[in-house]
Amino acid sequence: MFKILQKTVSTGTVTVNYPAEPAKISERFRGRPSFDFDKWKDARPAADVCPTGAISLSDNDESRNVTVDYGLCVFCGLCAEASSDQAVRVTQEFALATSDRRNLVFTAEYTLNADRTHGGLRKVDRRLVDAETDVESLGQKARDTIQKILGRSLAIREVDAGSCNGCELEIVALNNPVHDIERFGIHFVASPRHADMLLVTGPVTRNMELALLKTHRAMAEPKVVVAVGACGISGGIFGENYASLGSVDKVLPVDVYIPGCPPRPQALLHGILLAVGRLAERLHTDRAG
Amino acid sequence: MMTQAMSAMFEALRQKLGPQVQSVRADREDEIYLLLADADIRPITEHLRGQFGARLVTVFAEDRRATEGVFFNYYVFEQKGSAQYLIVQAPVRSDSLEFPSLSAELPAVNWQEREIQDWFGLKAAGHPNPRRVALHDNWPDVYPLRKDFPLETVLPPFEGERHIYRPAFGEGVLQVPVGPVHAGIIEPGHFNFAVAGEPILYLQLRMFYTHKGTEKLFEQLPIHKAVFLAESISGDSSFSHGTAFCQAIERAANIEVPLRGLVMRTILLELERICNHVGDIGAIATDVGFVIANAHASRLKETLVTLNEQLTGSRLLRGMVCVGGVRRSWDAAQLGALRSTVDSFAREFRDLISLIDRSESTRDRLEQTGVLRPDKARDLGIVGVGGRASGVDLDVRRDHPYAAYSRYSFRVPVYQAGDVWHRMQVRIDEVNESIGIVQNAMADGLRREFRVPVPPIPSDRCALSAVEGWRGEIIHWIRTGPDNHLERCKIKDPSLNNWPALVEAVQGNIIADFPVINKSFNLSYSGTDR
Repeated sequence: MFKILQKTVSTGTVTVNYPAEPAKISERFRGRPSFDFDKWKDARPAADVCPTGAISLSDNDESRNVTVDYGLCVFCGLCAEASSDQAVRVTQEFALATSDRRNLVFTAEYTLNADRTHGGLRKVDRRLVDAETDVESLGQKARDTIQKILGRSLAIREVDAGSCNGCELEIVALNNPVHDIERFGIHFVASPRHADMLLVTGPVTRNMELALLKTHRAMAEPKVVVAVGACGISGGIFGENYASLGSVDKVLPVDVYIPGCPPRPQALLHGILLAVGRLAERLHTDRAG
Repeated sequence: MMTQAMSAMFEALRQKLGPQVQSVRADREDEIYLLLADADIRPITEHLRGQFGARLVTVFAEDRRATEGVFFNYYVFEQKGSAQYLIVQAPVRSDSLEFPSLSAELPAVNWQEREIQDWFGLKAAGHPNPRRVALHDNWPDVYPLRKDFPLETVLPPFEGERHIYRPAFGEGVLQVPVGPVHAGIIEPGHFNFAVAGEPILYLQLRMFYTHKGTEKLFEQLPIHKAVFLAESISGDSSFSHGTAFCQAIERAANIEVPLRGLVMRTILLELERICNHVGDIGAIATDVGFVIANAHASRLKETLVTLNEQLTGSRLLRGMVCVGGVRRSWDAAQLGALRSTVDSFAREFRDLISLIDRSESTRDRLEQTGVLRPDKARDLGIVGVGGRASGVDLDVRRDHPYAAYSRYSFRVPVYQAGDVWHRMQVRIDEVNESIGIVQNAMADGLRREFRVPVPPIPSDRCALSAVEGWRGEIIHWIRTGPDNHLERCKIKDPSLNNWPALVEAVQGNIIADFPVINKSFNLSYSGTDR
């Protein structure tokens, strides 16, 4: 007993204070690849190496449409390595969660030279990843919501609808003493009947579709659904096939999408806090109605 | 290239089995293929097991109707003390579609033979339990790994019973269904317990809920993209599966990975092992109520995944391994972080283990809980941690050295007791050995190359690759195709043959101990289901 106490005291506090303070992450971490569309002279090398088709092209005679879908991205960094023009850069950004799937898709249209490199940028559609990326205030707001509206407790039910278990590892890490999600009054529960939020990893397999639907049905209103990781958002590297239905939103209405492969714990937290906001809105409408 | 020893073996087998043995070829020094004239695998299996004490590592099939007019079953054997794999290739005729089952004598291949039935539409004649395993009962009659089945096929909605469990009768006997959605944050699968009061009489498993067409998908992706699919076979073994896959390609194309690349792979493989073992030790402690040990264990695990990220850019070691070596080298700062993190981890790990060792109640709960007897473990073909805790002395790192393992000495812990406590003990010993390997490897070959450029991959080459993942023996087998694609990629995660161990180990235990017994094996659902 004494030894246990001694170890506890000598270890001290290890919990991080994200999002009130910025996340401490390694400078080697591969976050969102950013694209300098003006500078980009050729999208083909990046599109060729991209393992999930997150960067895709459609060419006609004199122009090219480039689509970058962060919902498919597995953050491998190959696009940056393959692009010699320095237009693609791996950043440290990880707080990419959004309530609108379309926010994760950037498109650009180029005129083409004779050698199929880009002539000029005709137009670009680059949505802000979210207006609410001010994570600090998001954290404060979520904390208030949980305190005042949800009776100091937000219950999450997690469902693995077919994932490789990578996302689960990071969701479990949210509960370790370092990330300690319970400091927000957020906890994971065994029964969907106790849950306010359904956190789903994918791709949704044919074999898990029914279990996922039943779990969702068992939850009381109001409830929100969060799709986690490239596979949950889009099917990821698995996509759609005879055994995989692909994205979670094929089966359930999704309120928040959290990109990553897997999303790191802070990215998950960011997405969960964003979803708390959606839940609060829904509670208001329910009460008003 | 046939060595003398090989032609002697071929002659011996030929004398014993007659013209059934058609030819022998060595694709590589340690990978010998023996072609049979027909599907009857029984005489040669009996001979190899009886005469040479060989172990059947895995069995899988391939659809070669388009080119050779038949299916092939491949039976991979290994012999204690030899680094060679002997792969017996048995044609299965496309008119009869039948091959003889080995499951009655070798329960180890029970699921694997049924998987061949489900995915290829072949019939394992004489199988004691030929029901579906890899496709659920409500699936239509489709054979997804046949070449004429397109990956993108959209199947009609499923109807009917998913699976009919065997009923259990008797006074006070109840059946308790659990899953596929479990109470914790874990993967899906269904457990059906028959209990009499608290003790478990019989456990029926239903897996393959996360089947997502992975092996079929490997046949569609270009090889450099398939590396990422390999990393997603089982998330906690991303680096092991990624390495197994790259190794297979390298073997097929005769690519020699330079020394530093091999050393860095070795270091990362061991970091993956340490990471997962520490997590499991904590989780086992939690499941018997020693929560504070888990708080320390998960804190330590977090320091390791942070190191992972510093070394590879990913907390799960993703995006680092590539065909030809590893993608990036490490600078002085990264090497410094590796050294200091591993050193401080070693100290902290000792503290953690002494906390657990001092806790009599923890030991009391874990000893003689979930016993897997050594004879059962051998019969079921259990590998990895679960095998070594039950006397099965196998470790690919030692038996078929790959990466840079032959350069370092390490001990393979083996116990006989087969309970949860000893499965934890195997992990503790292995973490200590792994720390030693990492410390020895850190500066090994430092100034040498870590990656070679990859030439075009030649078509129609076969290669077997084995890696000792932290769970146990991972096997990848490939046949290359034209244009940088694969014709076939067989994935065998150790979980596939280890699930039946759980069925054995829980019998007679109380249902409340199931979580800790399950955790002590910690098998991969996604690795099994693919």
